[in-house]
Amino acid sequence: MGKTVIEKIFQSHSGDEIKAGSVAWIDLDVRTARDFGGPNVVKHLRENYDGNYLEDPEKTYFTFDLSVPAKTIKYAINQQICRKFAKETSMNIFDVDEGIGTHVLIEKGIVTPGSTAVGTDSHYNILGAVGAFGQGMGDTDIAFAFKTGRTWFEVPETMKINVEGTYDWPSTPRDLTFAVMKELGSSGMLGMAAEYYGDEIEKLSLDGRITLASQTTEMGGIIAFIPPDDNVIEFMSRRAGRYVKGVYADKDANYVKEVHVDVDKLEPMVASPPKPTNISPVSEMEGIEIDSVFIGSCTNGRYEDMLAAAKILKGRKVKKGVNLRITPSTKEVWAKAIKDGLVDIFINAGAVVFTNPGCGGCAEGMPGLVGEDEVELSTTNRNYKGKQGPGKIYLVSPATAAASAVKGYLASPDSTGVKD
Amino acid sequence: MREKIIEGRIWVLTGSDGRIIDDIDTDMIFHNKHLHITDISEMGKHALGNLEGWEDFPEKAEKGDIIIAGKNFGAGSSRQQAVDCFISLGIRAIIAESFGAIYKRNAINSGLAILECPGISGVGLNNGDIISINLETGSIKKDGEEIIKARPMSSVQMDIYQAGNLFEYGKSMGQQQD
Ligand code: SF4
Repeated sequence: MGKTVIEKIFQSHSGDEIKAGSVAWIDLDVRTARDFGGPNVVKHLRENYDGNYLEDPEKTYFTFDLSVPAKTIKYAINQQICRKFAKETSMNIFDVDEGIGTHVLIEKGIVTPGSTAVGTDSHYNILGAVGAFGQGMGDTDIAFAFKTGRTWFEVPETMKINVEGTYDWPSTPRDLTFAVMKELGSSGMLGMAAEYYGDEIEKLSLDGRITLASQTTEMGGIIAFIPPDDNVIEFMSRRAGRYVKGVYADKDANYVKEVHVDVDKLEPMVASPPKPTNISPVSEMEGIEIDSVFIGSCTNGRYEDMLAAAKILKGRKVKKGVNLRITPSTKEVWAKAIKDGLVDIFINAGAVVFTNPGCGGCAEGMPGLVGEDEVELSTTNRNYKGKQGPGKIYLVSPATAAASAVKGYLASPDSTGVKD
Repeated sequence: MREKIIEGRIWVLTGSDGRIIDDIDTDMIFHNKHLHITDISEMGKHALGNLEGWEDFPEKAEKGDIIIAGKNFGAGSSRQQAVDCFISLGIRAIIAESFGAIYKRNAINSGLAILECPGISGVGLNNGDIISINLETGSIKKDGEEIIKARPMSSVQMDIYQAGNLFEYGKSMGQQQD
């Protein structure tokens, strides 16, 4: 019997025989904590072990992305606890300037296809975008991973997701992601690993892959792998400074189930509050009046997302009374957006704030929350009550977000007349 | 070495209809209004405090008792207190039809013996029965007779259980490496 992607990745990181349902010790290539979980990880390590805290400081990282730079004294103190610990142990730290941890790990080639990584972030499974295994955990688990460099997993079963059909602008990878979520619902991947296949999946750029992988948690999944194509392999090899290889499932691998998602002639979609799986076509919801718009987060804070927004905002103005906030996910995206003149376009469109890279309003860590009765269009991944403040959040693609900012109400990108 | 065979009195988590309760979530086990408590010895008195009919469990439970639960026990949030409150009371083991995934991780990492036993709710166990469970083979006995077999603890789970908890296990690994 052949193996699925997760079985292969685990097999290469374990001395145990791996198959779905078994429990195994897995070596971890990368282990990280963010500015929220980090101080507790440090506390556990100091309380439980004396001095010898890290199996390998080289493979251990703090990634600050939630409150960057610190917005309250409490966050400032917590970050300082981590900085001191990093200095003492010579572990790595990506400080408040770098951006969202998982994205930084990919950009810098620290995580590559086939890697195993854990961190204190429930969207750590974003790493499935490059065919790596990533899992979010609590601070006890992460402290143990820092100390020993390994952890145990129950090997999940794998489901296969076949995406069928093709679509064009104004639909984007975010809309493809909505189509998958509409089909699977909030527990369609519960406790499982998944693998994506199909023409539109193969066509996805790295940025699009990150968008799709970022919603695994919202469907209850443990990890969803997008098999790396030549572009991803080439990018990762360049960033890692060595030739990397993808991990692909065997032809005769065993899947618990197979689902089909139709994206033929897909329309732009919107997820209405209070659930990210509450999805309908924008055309059916067009006209909802909005107060604010946010473009960013680990789901849509990549360069292509900035570009999609810039294309629509170029030579246009944001509707009076609407405020638009744009937060790139990392410093690299931020710098490229400045260099390529996107920020000029944003500023000329008016009422736009372009902020420091990171999670933005998504985590209550940074400025950009919504007030009572405020209606916001957002490209983040969750619209649960209270997630970004008391207002109502509708989730959309960056293109839909930018077009709606111009119109002042929820509108499809083609309503602005912009062609791909 | 901690024993691999545990004997104790049981509590079957049933509702007012006498049926075993499924989907007991972490808010019913340890309500979020007590989340500020960090001292394990203080946690026991809130165990099951938000589960209808079981509010007095902390007074009734004794050291060494075993809990029998339904499907998806410990669903919901990742709070460690939902495990630690039972450790605080001296509960020796939890046997359930199935567990929430994060709850299972947390329980194993804290060294609480847990066994998944599909079918346990149908074997006619009652509050106060004395059973013996073999963590290694999964065999569950009453009056010396095997009544059902649970999934045995995996070797990984057994390693952590034997060490006491995940951190103690980490220490023993460190020693092996030195
Ligand atoms: S953007 Fe939001 S969901 Fe994504 S990592 Fe940051 S806080 Fe989590």
